[in-house]
Amino acid sequence: MNTLLSCHGLTRVFGGLTAVDRATLDFALGEVHAVIGTNGAGKSTLINMLSGEMPVSGGRIMLDGQDITRWPQPRRARAGIGRSYQRTTIFPEFTVLENCRLSAQAAHARPWALWEAAAACTGSVPIARRALAAAGLAEVAASPAGSLSHGGKRQLEIAMCLATEPRVLLLDEPLAGMGSEETERMLALLATLKAGHAILLVEHDMDAVFRIADRITVMVNGQVIATDAPQAIRANPQVQVAYLGEHG
Amino acid sequence: MDTATFLVQCLNAVQYGLLLFLVASGLTLIFGIMGVINLAHGSFYMMGAYLAFALAPLFGPNFLLMLLAGIVLSAAFGYLLEWAFFSFLYEREHLQQVLMTYALILVFEEARSLLIGNDVHGVPAPPWLAGTLPLGELMTYPVYRLFASAACIVVGGGLYLVVNRTRLGMMIRAGASNRDMVRGLGIDITRLYRIVFAGGVALAALAGMIAAPMSSVYPGMGGHVLIICFVVVVIGGIGSISGALVASLLVGFVDTFGKVFFAELSGIGVYLLMAVILVWRPEGLMRRGY
Amino acid sequence: MAGTATWRWLPLVVAAVLAVLPSVLTPYTSDLVTKIIVLAVFALSLELLVGMTGLVSLGHAAFLGIGAYTAVLASPEYDAANPLLLGLACVGAAATYALFVGALSLRTRGVYFIMVTLAFAQMAYFVFHDTPLGGGTDGIYLNARPALGDFDSGEKLHFYYLALAALVGTYGLLALLRRSRFGHALAGIRVNEQRMRAAGFATYLYKLAAFVLAGALAGLAGFLLAVKDGYVNPELLSWHESGAVLLMIILGGIGHLRGAVIGAAAFVLLKELYATPAIVGEVLAQHWQLTLGFTIIAFVALLPRGLIGLSARLRAVTR
Repeated sequence: MNTLLSCHGLTRVFGGLTAVDRATLDFALGEVHAVIGTNGAGKSTLINMLSGEMPVSGGRIMLDGQDITRWPQPRRARAGIGRSYQRTTIFPEFTVLENCRLSAQAAHARPWALWEAAAACTGSVPIARRALAAAGLAEVAASPAGSLSHGGKRQLEIAMCLATEPRVLLLDEPLAGMGSEETERMLALLATLKAGHAILLVEHDMDAVFRIADRITVMVNGQVIATDAPQAIRANPQVQVAYLGEHG
Repeated sequence: MDTATFLVQCLNAVQYGLLLFLVASGLTLIFGIMGVINLAHGSFYMMGAYLAFALAPLFGPNFLLMLLAGIVLSAAFGYLLEWAFFSFLYEREHLQQVLMTYALILVFEEARSLLIGNDVHGVPAPPWLAGTLPLGELMTYPVYRLFASAACIVVGGGLYLVVNRTRLGMMIRAGASNRDMVRGLGIDITRLYRIVFAGGVALAALAGMIAAPMSSVYPGMGGHVLIICFVVVVIGGIGSISGALVASLLVGFVDTFGKVFFAELSGIGVYLLMAVILVWRPEGLMRRGY
Repeated sequence: MAGTATWRWLPLVVAAVLAVLPSVLTPYTSDLVTKIIVLAVFALSLELLVGMTGLVSLGHAAFLGIGAYTAVLASPEYDAANPLLLGLACVGAAATYALFVGALSLRTRGVYFIMVTLAFAQMAYFVFHDTPLGGGTDGIYLNARPALGDFDSGEKLHFYYLALAALVGTYGLLALLRRSRFGHALAGIRVNEQRMRAAGFATYLYKLAAFVLAGALAGLAGFLLAVKDGYVNPELLSWHESGAVLLMIILGGIGHLRGAVIGAAAFVLLKELYATPAIVGEVLAQHWQLTLGFTIIAFVALLPRGLIGLSARLRAVTR
């Protein structure tokens, strides 16, 4: 198994509350590793620590064998960790293409070259177009991003993540608020992305999770109680008691 | 520096810090609860000073009564001002709030200029507070300054009691951490904001009244105190009254002892303090949420 | 991001008109236009910070003042300085202070940032106000205006073209910057800084670069102001000056380069209007800040998008 990203004993404490308690997980190339749990289980905190937005109280994070625990988020992003957000964070006033191109620009910044127009950037424009094509948004490239449907915006969110050419994808509830048709499209997209990336998927939609995940981790009250293949998770008595309930 | 001089400077530092605390606590409450950055807050301090100038002849030796009258008048003014002007600023972005309150300063300054003029005035301390107390063998200390510190401590204590022990205080603390929830609990947020604003204005004006007999009453005093208060709030954290107290005392000491040791450049001491804090702890000394 | 075809030609047309203006205007009006041009450079420098990067600074006058004071302090006492070298010195001094202020204040956000920039400007104000360095409250005079060869900035017409060149240069630089990668990154930071960090941008460095450039351009405006008036005093660094330039860009309309120029013109003209007894009466003319204050309130309340927003609304209505 080709592990790209892993965390060991990852902990986050807020005052008296332990939001994440010694989580040890790994994410491998070619696999969708879903993290599920009830609200308050620590999933958001976990993903924020992995992306670099939240400092760590204890433990380590390793990317390709390198300790990145103290790296700030932009550095992790340039090293190949891409992140999509639960609340849509696109730039509504820019065009769809510009949204992706801007994301791709970070690796091709050359900020001192003031005489070169960004729209003609030979580095970022092709990458942006590829990301849009992969996300199925090629036809709306010139539209203002704010005019997309909710599902379209969530797709753009993923496309912007792809435009940074990451190897690891941290996806925070990509299916949030989507209808069944949009969900199908998104799952198909994730299936195509699997081959070239390690994917962490935080999701509430249990049907989707069980369809697409290769491994599932269950978190309860900040602790990891099980990490296993979907069928094993479904049959795990601890998980059934703590979380799945009637879903099992 | 001998002990007596050191003691005098310490007392001065505490007195200045406590006065700043009064003004800064009003500012930080208003921002913490209502989310409005108010550049005109210094003008309320100036108004208090000019109010003292105007009322002193009327009240004579009844200084405490005059302070009370001042508190009532300024609170009423604050209540009206919130209703007529500030309530429209809550949902606006910071830039607009900055400009609107900047415009308010211009209006207040010109109004003062029209009504009272631009002269520098002195306000005499009441006779029963005008003496000095001996400190050691060679030095004396003005009674009024001790009174000023005591008054600030009393008001500060009252503020603490209100915020931590009353229902109003509970609503204030709730409003500071979660505005929407307070609204959802059925508390009349409009009245709450109006009361908090009036209180903030009264605190600043009271500080100005207390300060008047010690420093002169002059046109630019509002602007100066405002910027120092901003430094206090940056250091102490927005919305934190305890932070404002710690930061005010810190500023008081830095400024007072700065004047003693670096006469010419003393004015910048406070800003250097702020710079150091920013390098070390950008979120302020006692960050609370914001 | 560019406007329609007509709008793109407009800056060039305006520049051409400004170039021939001195020959047709009275000396008084000519002075007024010169003042507008210098303040337009100042306003453009703030537009870079506020409009393009989304950083609301309430201490921008510090850089204007430092640029202005450098012009006087770095000039030989009785000889004319080289205008290019002097200008460079002013820009450099302002940029240096901007580096110091920016490095520290950009560690904060939102309201804290506004307060910290104001405080650092006040710090600079005190240095010039309280120490003999800047001649204290009296200020200091520039005895000999910079000159080079046949060019003498003491000549009104020569100075006019110097200022105009500076305005055109600043406008052109910022226009280029807006469509460059750097400019697009600043726009992204303005809209959603978190997203930009997630994409891999070291946003602190971008903001710092914008802050220093804005300070440098303000220093250029300060240089021009000192040469124009031949006199500087600490009030150039006061927060009234910082408030005024903020007002200028709001008057014109934030988010557009021409808004800064329009705003500078509107501000200067309004001040002239409000201070003229023949128009507003003796009392109001003396207390023109009162009228200005009410104008600001009305403006922000009714026309938050500035004069440019007004023209857009008119076009929408008459369509």
